[in-house]
Amino acid sequence: MNLNTPGSVVFENVVKKYGEVTALKALNLTVEPGTLVTLLGPSGCGKTTTLRLIAGLEAATSGKVIIGGKDVTHLSATYRAVSMVFQSYALFPHMTVRQNVAYGLTVKGMNKREAAGSADAGLEMVGLKGFGDRLPSELSGGQQQRVAVARAIVLEPEVLLLDEPLSNLDAKLRRHVREEIRQIQQELGLTAVYVTHDQEEAMAVSDRIIVMRNAEIAQEGNPHDLYERPNSAFIADFIGDANLVDCEVISTSDKGAEVAISGQQLLIPNEFNHKGNAKLVLRPHHIQLSDGGEGFEGNITYAAYLGNQVQYTIDGALGPLFVITDITSNPFSTGQNVRISFDPRKARLVAG
Amino acid sequence: MKRTTGLWLLIGLFGYAVLPWYALKRGFWSFEWVSQFGQQISASALFQVLNFGRFWLAPAGVALLVAAVLLTMNNPVKRSRWTALAALVGLIMTALQGLIIVRGGPQAFGDFFAFGGMENGQLGFGAGAFVLLLSLLFVLTTAISGMGKGRGDAFVVGLIGLIIALVGVFVFFPVVHILIRAFETPDGFSLTAFLPRLFSSDIWGLGCLSGTSCGPGINSVVLAILTGATSTALGLSFALIFTRTDFRAKKLLRLLTVIPIVTPPFVIGLALILLFGRTGAVTGLFADLFDVEKTRWIYGFDGVFLAQVLSFTPIAFLVLIGVVEGVSPSMEEASQTLNANRWQTFRYVSLPLMRPGLANAFLLGFIESLADFGNPLVLGGNFDVLSTEIYFSIVGTVADASGTAILSIALLMLTLGAFIIQRQWVGKKSYATVTGKGDSGRHSALSKGVKTACYATALPWAAFTAVVYSMIIFGSFVKLWGYNNSFTFDHYIRAFGIKHTAHGWRFSGVAWDSYFTTLTISSIAAPLTALLGLATAYLLVRQKFAGKNIFEFSTMLSFAIPGTVIGVSYILAFNFPPIELTGTSIILIIVFVFRNMPVGVRGGIAAMSQLDKSLDEASITLGANSFTTVRRVITPLLGPAILAALTYSFVRAITSVSAVIFLVSAKHNMATSFIVGRVENGEFGIAIAYSAVLIVTMITVIVLLQLLIGRRKLRASDRVET
Repeated sequence: MNLNTPGSVVFENVVKKYGEVTALKALNLTVEPGTLVTLLGPSGCGKTTTLRLIAGLEAATSGKVIIGGKDVTHLSATYRAVSMVFQSYALFPHMTVRQNVAYGLTVKGMNKREAAGSADAGLEMVGLKGFGDRLPSELSGGQQQRVAVARAIVLEPEVLLLDEPLSNLDAKLRRHVREEIRQIQQELGLTAVYVTHDQEEAMAVSDRIIVMRNAEIAQEGNPHDLYERPNSAFIADFIGDANLVDCEVISTSDKGAEVAISGQQLLIPNEFNHKGNAKLVLRPHHIQLSDGGEGFEGNITYAAYLGNQVQYTIDGALGPLFVITDITSNPFSTGQNVRISFDPRKARLVAG
Repeated sequence: MKRTTGLWLLIGLFGYAVLPWYALKRGFWSFEWVSQFGQQISASALFQVLNFGRFWLAPAGVALLVAAVLLTMNNPVKRSRWTALAALVGLIMTALQGLIIVRGGPQAFGDFFAFGGMENGQLGFGAGAFVLLLSLLFVLTTAISGMGKGRGDAFVVGLIGLIIALVGVFVFFPVVHILIRAFETPDGFSLTAFLPRLFSSDIWGLGCLSGTSCGPGINSVVLAILTGATSTALGLSFALIFTRTDFRAKKLLRLLTVIPIVTPPFVIGLALILLFGRTGAVTGLFADLFDVEKTRWIYGFDGVFLAQVLSFTPIAFLVLIGVVEGVSPSMEEASQTLNANRWQTFRYVSLPLMRPGLANAFLLGFIESLADFGNPLVLGGNFDVLSTEIYFSIVGTVADASGTAILSIALLMLTLGAFIIQRQWVGKKSYATVTGKGDSGRHSALSKGVKTACYATALPWAAFTAVVYSMIIFGSFVKLWGYNNSFTFDHYIRAFGIKHTAHGWRFSGVAWDSYFTTLTISSIAAPLTALLGLATAYLLVRQKFAGKNIFEFSTMLSFAIPGTVIGVSYILAFNFPPIELTGTSIILIIVFVFRNMPVGVRGGIAAMSQLDKSLDEASITLGANSFTTVRRVITPLLGPAILAALTYSFVRAITSVSAVIFLVSAKHNMATSFIVGRVENGEFGIAIAYSAVLIVTMITVIVLLQLLIGRRKLRASDRVET
């Protein structure tokens, strides 16, 4: 029985059309062996289509899909060394947990006893030792999810695909399971492609994130890059919370951009070379509020006390703003006038 | 891919070079052909070409040879393309020579192909031809999948090809035959004579308005509209009682939906005769009490109408239970919180939501009534409808194939029209309001008026139905109904007697032959029907391919073709080479498979739509191919659907009469046609006794099947994750 080593995934100008609808516009992407890459984006952006193209469940309209250096564009899913964890888990309800995990091994011709042994080893790896004789319907959601992972990894695939694997779990379990998935991926050195629409989840598990929008890639990079250096208002808003403040770029130099906001001029120290209308990205916790002194004018329209922080909605010179502050002994109350300020080094200019 | 092609080529070669090409008189399984090997009558195609000069069989062999040579080609896409071409040419040439060079029947191309072999003609396709055609078909589909079609899945493409070929040969080919014959006139074929004959007053006359009689077309339509409307109204009454009241005997109502399924169609007609015929129980009672004359009113429109409403109300009930339950209780609750009373809620919310469902039930009743053959045959009297006219025109003293074809087309137009309306209009317009969201699950109760109306219509009807069915039991034990009402087992003994003779036990009853034939043929047909139906459902639900809509429509089509039309078309199409099947048991099996296939398809679609598609995809990405996926994942999860398809096709094969009556032969007689024969001779006792035995047989089989397959459940819950 030939098992595989982690492989890379390369898309060369892959186009996918469903009749008139274009699901992917000439996509190029590369996933390095042994890394976990997340496809992130709102629903309908093409991330699931991309995943299904890697799996071979959809055929590309044009372009090349290369896995582990081999062109698999025309190879059906059956013959690709790729396994997938489905959103619904897709555990076979008429088979025991062990039979489920051993399924891929037995259809490839491994004898039953050997396959059962490998299946048990896989179950042990996901912490389900001793659950082999149960039916999937007798397990909790989190356990079913782990069975699905075990079933995929016992084949030692070149690429492991995960399609929103946590979306059916409750919030507390999600964090736990995503840590487990990340650990297993790193332990085995697997190449993994992970689809989610939850940016926090993406940030937590990924080596690299590919953000998709309208059937193409909007931006890719590691979590830090995407959060700190968004290249568009969409990315800024999608990765973490952001206030997008209208502004005008007056001049640009190697020091940064001279920007006019609400009658004031500021130097924003990041590379930007378009003059005219733009947007300034302000993260909610980068904004300071004070009773008086320097700053833009504002009025608190809503205040929410959350125990570890206070969240404010503010109306004023910069338009509506969402602000998060630490707990102070003396929080602002609704209707109160405040002064708004921020550190220009932490602000970021994007195209308006 | 190469291996699959190679395997099919070997099988094809065996069919071409070894097996007898033509159908054999004594049948294939007598194996006489082995000892007669080399004689012209049982020679393989290869010998026919080499020794007997039948050059027109050569293209099939050439196709095999070309495909074999192409196996050496390296470029897979090019190889597939050329192989597909070779196989296609081989298939077409073989089919054409079969259609052109025939012994008798319509020789449409006789003038164009006047060469030596033509005059002598040839026999129908036999085992060799069958194996060869099948192998060429699969070589073709494998090659098509090799060209990257159907996601390169040879199994799926092969399945599609096989089903298209089967439906083409056994549904379209016969129907086309009807069409061709309809253009036939005593002096050749005529296009212009067709329309006047189709719309002639013989069929559509309105004479009944002026005192004579209407044409069978008008009769059929009027009867179908009334039957459809009445059975829908009654069905709605039953459905409302079943879902919206606290009626106690709901289980008995449910039984009402099962019994008709196991009742041969003319049995209700028979029971009505026992009640209302000239010697009927009710007729006699009325004559004694009120001194009215005993009449034969039951023979005619009234009787047929009554029998059809009795037969089809349960079907409407079954459809409407789903419709009534489909109205979400939260809609009704919303209406009531908006201060509507129960009547207003029913009138302005529930009823409008049920409208598409009601239309659907009406159209089903309409189609069933048009296609019904048993009841008009038994009760029709002088009231002619299309389905029986078709029968009499072909078994009458002067068999008029052309006239029969015209009548068939008239009937087909009506049923197809209703079928298309049902699918295009009603089928899509659905207000089904059941959602995943939880609601109280309690439907609002009916207002007093509606409730009273329902009870007042449904309960008497249920009682009447019960009386009708009890007639079947009583009737079979009565010596001579109306004349000599003493208790007897005679009918059963005559039909199912077993005698002890010098040669051991002997089945001496007159019914045994047809009884065994029926059971054998039904139990062969049932699994084939279920297999074909579920395979089609699998393709429709799980696979994407070009022309899927047409594929779906054509597989459902045979549902809309009335049994009589199918029967006629099979006689017209399969009485001659190349496919000569009349008089065999195979034609009976085939007619059941293709008539009942849509039921399997529907059941399969419903069941498969509930299986999460990612189950298949999971299996595929784990390295299983489509065949393994079907075998190990889908089939085990379809247990109940397989059971339903098996049961239903078995029962339908036993109770069917319309198509069968044309196709039975002295050697292979079926129970239903045997019973109809007894009815025509006036032997009601034996007919009813036989019907009772059939009903008991079917119930026994259903229960056995349930015990065998129905027990498998997935422990904790049957729900499949989605």
